[in-house]
Amino acid sequence: MADYKMHVLVCGGTGCKASQSELIKKNFQNQLEERGLDQDVQVIHTGCFGFCEQGPIVKIQPDNTFYVGVTPEDSREIVEEHLIKGRKVERLLYTDPTTLGQITESKNMDFYKKQVRVALRNCGFINPENIEEYIGNNGYAALGKCLEELSPEQAIQTIIDSGLRGRGGGGFPTGLKWDITRKVEHEQKYVVCNADEGDPGAFMDRSILEGDPHTVIEAMAICGYCIGANKGLVYIRAEYPLAIQRLKTALRQARQYGLLGQNILGTDFDFDIEIRYGAGAFVCGEETALIHSMEGKRGEPTFKPPFPSQEGYLGKPTNVNNVETFANVPPIITKGAEWFSSIGTEKSKGTKVFALAGKINNVGLIEVPMGTTLREVIYDIGGGIKNGKEFKSVQTGGPSGGCLTKAFLDTPIDYDNLLAAGSMMGSGGMIVMDEDDCMVSIAKFYLEFTLDESCGKCTPCRIGNKRLHEILEKITEGKGTPEDLTKLRMLSHVIKDSSLCGLGQTSPNPVLSTLDNFMHEYEAHINDSTCPAGQCKALLQYIIDDEKCTGCTLCFRNCPVGAISGEKRSPHYIDQTLCIKCGACYEKCKFDAIKIA
Amino acid sequence: MEMINLTIDNKSIVVKKGTTILEAAASIGVDIPTLCHMHLHDMNIENKPGGCRVCVVEVKGRRNLAPACCTEATEGMEISSHSIRAINARRTIVELILSDHPSDCLVCAKSGNCELQDLAHHLGIREIHYQGEQSHYREDTSPAIIREMDKCILCRRCETMCNEVQTVGVLSTINRGFEAVVSPAFEMNLDHSSCTYCGQCVAVCPTGALTEVDQTGAVIRALSDPEKTVVVQTAPAVRAALGEEFGLPAGTLVTGKMAAALRRLGFNYVFDTDFAADLTIMEEGTELLERLNKYLAGDQNVKLPILTSCCPAWVKFFEHHFPELKDIPSTARSPQQMFGSIAKTYFADKMQVKRENLVVVSIMPCVAKKYESSREEFSVDGNPDVDYALTTRELAQLINLANIDFKSLPDEEFDQPLGESTGAGVIFGTTGGVIEAAVRTAYEVQTGKSLDRLDFEELRGMEGLRKATIDFDGLPINIGIAHGLGNARKLLEEIKNGKSEFHAIEIMSCPGGCIGGGGQPYHHGNVEILKKRQKALYAEDQSKTIRKSHENPYIKKLYEEFLGEPLSDKAHHLLHTEYFDRS
Amino acid sequence: MTKVRSLADLKKLKEEVQSKIKLREKGDHPENLIQIKVSMATCGIASGAKETMNFMIEELDHQGIDALVTQTGCMGFCYAEPTIELTMPGKQPVIYGYVDKQKAQEIIDRHIKMNELVDGIIPVNYKTIDD
Repeated sequence: MADYKMHVLVCGGTGCKASQSELIKKNFQNQLEERGLDQDVQVIHTGCFGFCEQGPIVKIQPDNTFYVGVTPEDSREIVEEHLIKGRKVERLLYTDPTTLGQITESKNMDFYKKQVRVALRNCGFINPENIEEYIGNNGYAALGKCLEELSPEQAIQTIIDSGLRGRGGGGFPTGLKWDITRKVEHEQKYVVCNADEGDPGAFMDRSILEGDPHTVIEAMAICGYCIGANKGLVYIRAEYPLAIQRLKTALRQARQYGLLGQNILGTDFDFDIEIRYGAGAFVCGEETALIHSMEGKRGEPTFKPPFPSQEGYLGKPTNVNNVETFANVPPIITKGAEWFSSIGTEKSKGTKVFALAGKINNVGLIEVPMGTTLREVIYDIGGGIKNGKEFKSVQTGGPSGGCLTKAFLDTPIDYDNLLAAGSMMGSGGMIVMDEDDCMVSIAKFYLEFTLDESCGKCTPCRIGNKRLHEILEKITEGKGTPEDLTKLRMLSHVIKDSSLCGLGQTSPNPVLSTLDNFMHEYEAHINDSTCPAGQCKALLQYIIDDEKCTGCTLCFRNCPVGAISGEKRSPHYIDQTLCIKCGACYEKCKFDAIKIA
Repeated sequence: MEMINLTIDNKSIVVKKGTTILEAAASIGVDIPTLCHMHLHDMNIENKPGGCRVCVVEVKGRRNLAPACCTEATEGMEISSHSIRAINARRTIVELILSDHPSDCLVCAKSGNCELQDLAHHLGIREIHYQGEQSHYREDTSPAIIREMDKCILCRRCETMCNEVQTVGVLSTINRGFEAVVSPAFEMNLDHSSCTYCGQCVAVCPTGALTEVDQTGAVIRALSDPEKTVVVQTAPAVRAALGEEFGLPAGTLVTGKMAAALRRLGFNYVFDTDFAADLTIMEEGTELLERLNKYLAGDQNVKLPILTSCCPAWVKFFEHHFPELKDIPSTARSPQQMFGSIAKTYFADKMQVKRENLVVVSIMPCVAKKYESSREEFSVDGNPDVDYALTTRELAQLINLANIDFKSLPDEEFDQPLGESTGAGVIFGTTGGVIEAAVRTAYEVQTGKSLDRLDFEELRGMEGLRKATIDFDGLPINIGIAHGLGNARKLLEEIKNGKSEFHAIEIMSCPGGCIGGGGQPYHHGNVEILKKRQKALYAEDQSKTIRKSHENPYIKKLYEEFLGEPLSDKAHHLLHTEYFDRS
Repeated sequence: MTKVRSLADLKKLKEEVQSKIKLREKGDHPENLIQIKVSMATCGIASGAKETMNFMIEELDHQGIDALVTQTGCMGFCYAEPTIELTMPGKQPVIYGYVDKQKAQEIIDRHIKMNELVDGIIPVNYKTIDD
């Protein structure tokens, strides 16, 4: 059995591979073999460190030395100096951009402090189906603290002081919401957990319920204690079978352990939770629509006021919070408001979970303190853009959000900054787009989503969004006119201004933000009949390069509509009026003679 | 009472807490347009989904525009109802609605009475800037109601009436987004659903999405057929509302002008359903007393209360929802059907007209009457007792078609023998009227004494559920009254649970009774109109010399010459019916 | 069944659980100390985490290696599912991504049995609330 004394970890992420990390690894291996050290030091590839800007990365263990910008030639120096003589190669050490000092150990690097897991603290750490692991990890201590030491008022004050705001999208101060519901006098109140996660690409609520269901249960019980409710309901989409199963298991265990039910922890506090299933309508994430759906009615929103805190489920005062919001509550109670409010920005405290998706290397779930910049999220954590392409835009806030450009990369992420930038926090979907994405099509895509998911109750959302979508469709087909741009903007403003619920009020955001930030792309579609990203099929042209075409007739034989003509062994020609842009010729051509213009 | 200070269009105003911006504005003459909103004050009927967004106004300091119909006024609010922002949004919204609405106004059944048309006119819409795909749905026809959902604007008023007021639960919104539409479950046809055809959805629909089946053409053909003898009967509530169609104030009684108009239209005999109402009292009243006396004598097989059965929507309602109670309502047919039955036997014989050559047309405030006349049990060898049932609105249409200047018509009388009626027959048209008419007769028959007071104020009013105890000379008779099927349901649940304290109950499906029927001129949410119609019927009752059904001389004659006595075999055969389990 | 009747009960239970875990970590049976957590959220399962977990249990059993294989929630590295976390006795936990059967076999053969690292380690780039 090999007993390596040291390890050389070479980043094998896409970004670093592009910068010859394969060769770096090989060189290390050769160097070690040459010196007969290959039984003492092991060289391996790792996944992406997420720190691609400074790649390629090489880390030496056990002393955790972190080298950046390593070239294949550097391997000799590192082996000789560091591995043999024990002297670190200073010129390759990471330089702290603020202090300009060199940092050797990765745990001292800012980069490693970029993610802080609060809501996700137990995800991937404990076994979600074993309540004891949760308890062993300080679980239910917050509930115990509330019941034993804190009055409902004190507990609510802690939440207020922490600065926690709703993580489902709106960002309403959670403590304040609890306080309002507490002050409404009624013998029956409800705590509702909104697990109707619907933003395209967002799945943090599902992950929390799958990875740490007890945190939600505990937080709901705390909320019940604070507002004076003994009944909780989790509204969860039926498409989340695993989350439902884990939640059910957790509920059963919590009841068995006496952490739900009557006289919890020997006090006179009773609390239990039931599950309600949603059929996966996006609009049911809106709290009034959610409540109607739970009542067995059509899931559509009603005008507020009355707010659910006044008249909610079955007309009773109801506090609705989202899964991620609840997941933040137990640590706030146990570690205190000050701890929580020390993380984040002035008006947005704590952390936020984002689901990174799109043209980014490290697709996944991340949790960063509020105030982290988009650049840090995309490049330092997300590992940058796939295939070394150019970043174009990042879409935050799901269908209600907007598309932000390069200019916003250094904007610290918080509720207010995103809003000011023309987007929003939403539930934390973050979709990265590169140079190949057509922004008109992106706006159309999001509108398609809202169009499908609108409940249809109010005119601006039902018909207005349909008309917006039709105009965008026209533009992507190359049939747009300059007046369409004015219409898009005017109609968008009316829809935002006059829709009934948050869905309609935010649905034109992707349109407006792309109009603001990518007007040139719209203009290209309209004025030049071209799609700069080459995405809009109707605007593409397949053309045969006479120089390269050998007249093999392969394209001719594969064209399903007979749009290609030409003599054997002489250049062929595509009739654009017949071409349906299926791309068959492009794929078949062995001579690279077919071009997309 | 907490008061709120606010300004609307720079005018200061003080309103009670809880007042909406719309109400506050109306009180100072700021008339904010609405479309989906409907509020029948006093009747507890309100539809304010806040869905159309036509009433949006600008509230200072608020991020979005606020819907005036469902936003409560708050202290210090500064509202502009006609800022450029509000006007632009309002016009755009109406343009959007129009962009998804057929532009066939000129030939639409609702033309001239359409709230969307009015609104577009009011806002001066001259161009629809946002054109695009329009919704298309299959047209759904039934014996009484046509659904043309291409014209639906999703105001949801029909849903409120169907679900909350009538508790029938047939109509609800299905699908999402642009595809959202009001429909029976699984998009089934109305005639496969448990729709009662009460027509309250038609009565409140702001556009031409819901209308009655138009039978005017068939009536014109019958009138122009020399082979046919065409008789017409007019329901009591029609005379109190028809004038509205010709610009007369609500509550104007047009009994004489209506008779004159019908005669000019070419009806051979102009009769009155009120006559049949008197006949109904004879049958139903006798049935009531029979059941009551058996019950008082301790007969265990007799069930009380007895329920009235004049209203076809109500009959269909309990056949669907309470079939286990189908032996509780009176077996007496409705006045319309009694009339048809007598016309096609007694009267046809008298005139020596063959049944198939006698056409009975009824003018009804109701769309369910179209369905009732089509029920199989009300025809003989495929020939219906009542051939066509027109609504009040359809009659107005016929009058216009015949170039008749309604307002300048002289008053004329009904023809005899089926045109004579009492005050008791007249009040059949309002909630409380049928039972009051029954009491007038039943009291005198039961006690053998003459009533010195005919106005039973305790039975009148607009409350959805009312009860009164009438002293039948020492015998207290408990009477319940419900109008609106939701209210009826409450009384039926009591009966089902054996908790009903009543001996007799009157039920009418439409709020207000037949005066508020689905076939009446559109009230556009103005409940005052219903009250005026009700007042008019009581006035006609007052003006009659005979006000008790059993004193109608032609009724007496009918029994002498033809029927024998109430509940006789012949009467049973011609004037009574049976009910079916449709659950 | 443990019924937690008071806060004191809860604290006691927590300490018990924690000492159990510590025992697991520092116990006198080093062969018991290998711990493997398989990320079993929807994303992981969809990428084959269940197969990976079953395979590891069977293979370890087959080879007579005493290891504790448990499931856990999403670690956040959705791009590299299935992911597992391997803790060798007395060592820092290591996370591996793209663990299919082949990779699992390699991890068992080389990391668990030979104490070598295997290509495909995912560097953990977050801290938790207790750091």
